This record gives sequence, structure tokens and C-alpha cells, in this order.
Amino acid sequence: MKVSIIINDYQKEFEVDPGEYLLDTLRNHHYTSVKRGCDNSTCGACTVLLDGKPVPSCSLLTVKANGHNITTVEGIQEEASSLSKHFGHEGADQCGYCNPSLALTVHAMRRELINPSDEDIKQYLVGNLCRCTGYEAQHRATKSYLEEIK
Amino acid sequence: MIDLNVKEYVKATSLEEAYELLMCDPLNQIIGGGAWMKMSTNKEINTLIDLGDLDLQYITSDKEAFHIGAYATLHDIEVFEELSEYYDGILTKAIKEIMGMGIRNLATIGGSVMGKYAFSDLFGVLLALDATLVFYQQKEMSIRAFLETKKVKEDILLEVMIPKKNARGFFKKVKRTALDFAIINICVLKGDDVEIVVGARPSIAKRAVKTSAFLKGKKITDEVLEEAMKILEEELSFSDNIRGSKEYRLDLVKVYVKRGIKEVVSS
Repeated sequence: MKVSIIINDYQKEFEVDPGEYLLDTLRNHHYTSVKRGCDNSTCGACTVLLDGKPVPSCSLLTVKANGHNITTVEGIQEEASSLSKHFGHEGADQCGYCNPSLALTVHAMRRELINPSDEDIKQYLVGNLCRCTGYEAQHRATKSYLEEIK
Repeated sequence: MIDLNVKEYVKATSLEEAYELLMCDPLNQIIGGGAWMKMSTNKEINTLIDLGDLDLQYITSDKEAFHIGAYATLHDIEVFEELSEYYDGILTKAIKEIMGMGIRNLATIGGSVMGKYAFSDLFGVLLALDATLVFYQQKEMSIRAFLETKKVKEDILLEVMIPKKNARGFFKKVKRTALDFAIINICVLKGDDVEIVVGARPSIAKRAVKTSAFLKGKKITDEVLEEAMKILEEELSFSDNIRGSKEYRLDLVKVYVKRGIKEVVSS
């Protein structure tokens, strides 16, 4: 069936199977910043924003996204670039596999929470697994980024 | 990748249409957020029925109750501030323990209830609060009756109604990691009486009715609690699974139920 989705402010149309997940649709159409990790909603590597809210695209049927806005990290390039400087400064990434999803989740958190506490940040980012950094550096980087853009 | 074979997807324009579709083929199914579909054993679906256009994503509050539409996401409920002011915020606490923000933005209360998932962290709280489910055909049904029947697969859940009670609440989920399912979850509520519900035993949440009856009117002392735990052990069954053994679960339950009772009867 045909679906129409606004991806990073561009109207896109796809022919999809009703049982197809958004992760597959996006990767099949070269949105490769959306990573396949666990493929069962646990790791967060496939996170995209659905109408501004972070969701795991591996568990969202593409047909459910019909008529909605989807944002991948390409849609928040300026903010992701700014965040990446803090990540670099704090040594908060190594392989980079989780970075696009983390940047999107931080982006959503910034819009939803006003002056988040340390605990708020941890709670919000808990669904984004990282096998390299141990999270402390990511936490420091996120905090310094939020401080900078206040 | 886990294959899901869906032949057709329909976004219903009315409840009548959705109900007709649901009833005309046993392989037709209503989709909530779809977050748990990958964990379902039913991968063959003829028509997926989406209720997303039927205004079921709401949360309201009146003098008597909270009214949560079946399509309200877990995160919608989590951030509904008034809910955190009731029963020591145990519903909000339970939801915050469910996986990560992404899943809570997808998963709906309707899907979470209708799935009758044994690992659910919601059922304990909903059972303790004696929530009412509002269906399209069967109208109102208590969640306690819901867990005893199989008929509701042939109906559409519209709303979860949670009575406003002046009650103290305790919720504890024991899990290995932040994103894991519960090894055990425990809810203790003190309104007129003490209500105890244990979930992820690993079977679905169940009320400890005899234990609650034993505690009725008694002054809570260590001796009374020890006696109560013997009754609880008799009336609730526990077993092994990948997350924990029967013995470990029982040890956890005894510790946290006692702690919960002490907490809700204090002050």
C-alpha cells in the first residue's frame, strides 16, 4: 500500500507492505543514519522522531507513520553538529553507532523538559544503549550542551 | 528480523466499522501502538485495524475518576500531572519503569491491557486501584473480571477508568537492568484495607486476597507480617523462568511486600 510521510520536512511517498517496519522502509530508501541494532525495541539505535517524539523505528509499522512527520538525524544537522562538539570534548563516543539516535533523543528532551535534573536526563536517555562509553561521558556532554544552549 | 505477515491495514473511520472488521475474521486484529507486536506469537494477520482516527488518545479527570482513552500512550499517562498526586503516584512510578522513552511513546494503555502480558508492570497497579475497563459492546467491566475472561478478544477497549481514592501506595519492580522486564513487581495500596498485588510471578499479576483479609483491622507488627507472608506464600504461586527462580521470587516478594505494607500504613 502507498504511504505518504514527511521526512525531515520533505514529503515522501513509499509503496510498502502492511507488515513492514519503518526501520526497513527508511534504510531501504538510504536513510542509513537510522541504525539496526537489537531489532526488538531495546537498544534505541533505530530511534527516529515521530511528530517530535522519540520512538524505535524497528517497532513502528510504516503504515502507522502515514501522514506523520518523521525526523532522522539529517533533519537536525545543526543541533547534532553542536552536540557532537561536546561529545568530542568529553570523549563521549567511540564507534558512533548510537550517536544519531542519542542526538535525536537529546533534541526531543530539550524540547520537552525545562532545566532537566541529572536524574531527568538519565531517565530520558535510558533507552539509548551504548556499548563503548559507559554513559558517564555522554551524560557530561549532554549536560554541557544543554548549558551552552540555555 | 522478525517477520510479520499482514495482508491488509485499515484505519477505521468509526467504531462500527472497526467492530465489524474485528468480528468478520478471527485473523483480524486491532493494533494499539504496535510496540509489543514483535513479541506476539501471532504473526499471521489478515487485517490490522487502526483506531487512530477515532479520538481515543485522551486523558481527562473528573471528581470521581481518571478517564484514559485506549490510545493514550504510556508517556501521555506518565506526564499527566494529576495522576502523580494520587496513591503516592504509583501509576506514574510503574510506567516510568517500563523500558525506555521510545517504547513509552509508542505503547498505548489499550494495547498494554488487551495483550494481558504476564510481564506487565501496569496490571498490578490497575488491579490494586480496581480500575474499570470500558468496552464498545460489553460496556463496563472491572479489570479484575477482565483477567478472568477470554471473551474480550471479541470486543474493542475504549477507555480505562481509574477511581480517585484517598489511598497510600507502594510500587516496586525488581529487574536486572533498566530496560529489562520484571523479575517480580509488587503493588501495595492502603485505602480502607490493605490491597496486595504481585505480578511477573512470572505469570500475570494476582491479588493476595487472603493475605489482605488477614491484615484487615490488625495492628501491623513484625509478627503479624510474618504470619501474613505465610498466607501469601500459600495463596500465590511462583515459578522459574530465565529472569529468576521460584525461590528467589518468593524471597523478593516477602521482603518487598512487608516493606510496602509498613510504608503505606505509616503516617
